[in-house]
Amino acid sequence: MTNLDNLYREIIMEHYKNPRNKGLLDDPKYTKIRIKNPSCGDDITVQTLVEDGIIKDCRQEATGCSISVASASVLTEIMINKPVDEAIRLAENFLNMVSNKEYDETLDLEEAEVFGGVKQFPARIKCASIAWVAFKDTLGKE
Amino acid sequence: MNKKIISDFPQIKSDYIYFDTAATSLKPKPVIEAVNMYNETLSANIHRGMYFNSVKTTELYEEARGVVAKFINAKEEEIVFTRGTTSSINLVASSYGLANLKPGDEIIVSEQEHHSQFLPWQNVAKKTGAILKFVELNFEGKITIEMFKKVLSDKTKVVALNYVSNVLGYINDIKEITKLTHQKNAVIVVDAAQAIQHIKVDVLDLDVDFLAFSGHKMLGPTGVGILYGKSQHLDILEPMEFGGDMNEDVEKTESTWKKYPLKFEAGTMPIAEVIGLKEAISYLNNLGLENIHSYSMNLYQHLQNEINKIDGITVYNPNSDTGILTYNIDGVPAHDAITYYAEKNIALRSGQHCAKLIHDFLNIHSSLRVTVYFYNTKEEVDRFIEVTKEAIKYFKSVGF
Repeated sequence: MTNLDNLYREIIMEHYKNPRNKGLLDDPKYTKIRIKNPSCGDDITVQTLVEDGIIKDCRQEATGCSISVASASVLTEIMINKPVDEAIRLAENFLNMVSNKEYDETLDLEEAEVFGGVKQFPARIKCASIAWVAFKDTLGKE
Repeated sequence: MNKKIISDFPQIKSDYIYFDTAATSLKPKPVIEAVNMYNETLSANIHRGMYFNSVKTTELYEEARGVVAKFINAKEEEIVFTRGTTSSINLVASSYGLANLKPGDEIIVSEQEHHSQFLPWQNVAKKTGAILKFVELNFEGKITIEMFKKVLSDKTKVVALNYVSNVLGYINDIKEITKLTHQKNAVIVVDAAQAIQHIKVDVLDLDVDFLAFSGHKMLGPTGVGILYGKSQHLDILEPMEFGGDMNEDVEKTESTWKKYPLKFEAGTMPIAEVIGLKEAISYLNNLGLENIHSYSMNLYQHLQNEINKIDGITVYNPNSDTGILTYNIDGVPAHDAITYYAEKNIALRSGQHCAKLIHDFLNIHSSLRVTVYFYNTKEEVDRFIEVTKEAIKYFKSVGF
């Protein structure tokens, strides 16, 4: 069962049970993107507030499996106070890591490193990715 | 069933359990061989060439139409080959629906419908101004005649329902529903994708107007499906695809079409798959649908009994009429649970099974679905039960 243990790491389960920055704000200064995965029922919304090129706030509302919910939670924690260009680099790096593509291992993904185990589960890549794709899209909408 | 049957399915391996027949069935050797035979020895087009291979291919293709017709008690010319259930229903919706529905007309559907039955009619409703009416489901998620009568009215023009729900496994009383539908001069379009491999479908007895199913859920190849339509309907329906082989006379300004069913079969059809489908039906006929169904139901009953003994499982269809059992492990999202089964080489389905509305009805985001069929065994069910118990323990241990 070593593979599964790589997936269900303690940090992931902790975020799943206590998701950070949960709940959306009704504030027009925020940019919001919602992505649903119709095959499994995941429903993830990410909201960002950017001021002077810095991500001042990042919020999420996620229903779905543990991986998608935890991934949204970890994302928000990492991204708050990051400059936008660095945030995009991190998000792209994360997406490459979970989909088993080449990625920059020297870039510090902080707690998001725990999702490294996802690459062994091709069927779960989407779960880990949704929030990060939504996050990137919120920045693209600026 | 016996070892001989299992050896007919090269996909079955001792360390792999296939419980996802509702998604697609396994394919027996005669089907695979027929597809290979076409590719290896014939590889000719139909209705066109005058050489031996083409004539032979046409013969086999049209023979298959006859076999399908006999299987559902239809006339040969009432069998249209399509790409699958989805394209069969889309053909009726686009052709019949768009041409005949007006603002205020009503289309009866249900929350049980697979997206392949629901979305084409939702689209027709949007484009024509017709109104979708949902049969209210009872507490178990079943369609009852009483509830159907409540939505049926003089405004009803189309009834679009499934024969067997792909999530709950219930058999709907299509014969009675059809009788009532016809009393209102409406037409009924039946999605039989989950019925055709389990129960005898007799279109003459049911008196349905249209009925759709897929080859690949009844031991046949992917890429071929059937639309049955009553002659009187097929005769006046306009084709939705135009191209080679469906035409009669072609002129610069006007062209004419062949008689049904060929006017609906534009372009090169899935010939190998049609020839394979014929073998699938022979296989089902040889085993006998009644035997298949009673075997599957015995296995389902065993599965149901055993899963009920496990704490921490919610079953959504304890009274399924077919081999479909839908459930969740309490507190574990279906997508997490399925990963455990996948690691143990057990193939089930997780998610919404292309039927979101029934999940809304059940008030859940997603579910796990097991389908047992005649090539599954009691040993496989027992192994599945053991793995389910292990899964519950595992997910508890990691903190779910």
